[in-house]
Amino acid sequence: MDFLRPATLAEALALKAERPGAVPIAGGTDVMVELNFDHRRPDALLDLTGIAELRDWSAVPGAVRLGAGVPYRRVIDELGGRLPALATASRSVGSPQIRNRGTVGGNLGAASPAGDAHPVLLATGAVVEAVSTRGTRMIPATDFYLGVKRNALAPDELIAAVHVPETGAPQQFAKVGTRNAMVIAVCSFAIALHPATGRVGAALGSAAPTPRRATAAEDFLADELGAGDQWESPTPLPDSTRRRFGELVAAAASPVDDVRGTAAYRRHALSVLARRTLDWAWQGYTGRGRPCA
Amino acid sequence: MRVNVTVNGVPRRADDVWEGESLLFVLRERLGLPGAKNACEQGECGSCTVYLDGVPVCACLVAAGQAEGREVRTVEGLADGGALDPVQEAFIEAGAVQCGFCTPGLVVAAHDLLARVPDPSDPEIREALAGNLCRCTGYEKILDAVRLAARRARS
Repeated sequence: MDFLRPATLAEALALKAERPGAVPIAGGTDVMVELNFDHRRPDALLDLTGIAELRDWSAVPGAVRLGAGVPYRRVIDELGGRLPALATASRSVGSPQIRNRGTVGGNLGAASPAGDAHPVLLATGAVVEAVSTRGTRMIPATDFYLGVKRNALAPDELIAAVHVPETGAPQQFAKVGTRNAMVIAVCSFAIALHPATGRVGAALGSAAPTPRRATAAEDFLADELGAGDQWESPTPLPDSTRRRFGELVAAAASPVDDVRGTAAYRRHALSVLARRTLDWAWQGYTGRGRPCA
Repeated sequence: MRVNVTVNGVPRRADDVWEGESLLFVLRERLGLPGAKNACEQGECGSCTVYLDGVPVCACLVAAGQAEGREVRTVEGLADGGALDPVQEAFIEAGAVQCGFCTPGLVVAAHDLLARVPDPSDPEIREALAGNLCRCTGYEKILDAVRLAARRARS
């Protein structure tokens, strides 16, 4: 095995083009587990922690460009205001030690169906910036997750950043697990209101082969809100709307029975999470939307 | 490969390091520092917690090569000569050590908490120690130890 330590992104891309089998490693919270248990023995590790370009985030028009190497700890400390749902999801990752090392870029690279960042990236409409010596590809999160731990990256590509929209509107994330810390999601859910476009983003994790959007639920809620002029003059949502939204989210899942929970439990829990996060988000919207007088 | 890393303020060199090896293995097996414990090897238990450039991490999840040129502080580096760190003293006095296996990781995690938050609330202590598992002492004594260390530091 070789240990490759590029100092710049350009150097890393040249190495990845030359050796597409090299496994990128940043926080190590997934890759090192595979190595420690001898589940994987790649020809080379490509250490991304020496690359300054990946370590920062910046505000770009309408979004935050989050460098692939920014750890969850910094998302929590620095981006809670701009990206509230991503910060909430980041708080639920592992433990302090894991959050100090693990990155959203690594979550995308691993593409586990249970990755905590994914539902938020899908619901907010994030876009992955994939780079190679051939150039840059902007891949919408919706097109990024292809299968269990499979993503849309080509073998010579690396994740440089993920562009997460700053919606300025309520968004929420919730997750079910057996305890509050150090837990892989039994299921998870994110909702993002997009009042500017009259859309709703809704996505689930850990309840299908990939993280996925609940598009029927998104369309249903957007129609309900649009028809009732709710974006302009928000009022409390009827129970029938809340319940139907939860049912549609649950119907979007394709869960399995496994050690963490049964398929039936996951469906039920998702409908609860969907209703609950909708309530939180809508309370935030009605609170803010209310006239000052 | 060769790895150069500053450990507890002393520049160290490890040779013949396997490229897929963890920082934990280097510390324990190559540099003779067995304080950080090897248990789960998947970041679940926190017993290998060390500071890497001042930030607590699971040493089992850091590739040895990622520590090249960086600063590591292990539980062995907390005491000042013969004098234990106040967090270590508090663990002894509060009876927060039974078998002792989780203790080094908990001491480093608690040390980091108190450096950042001198007067932590109970929820803050629980949150800071959420990544460290103890299977015999019991967490009550451990919480007592952190409260004691915080109280002492303030007085």
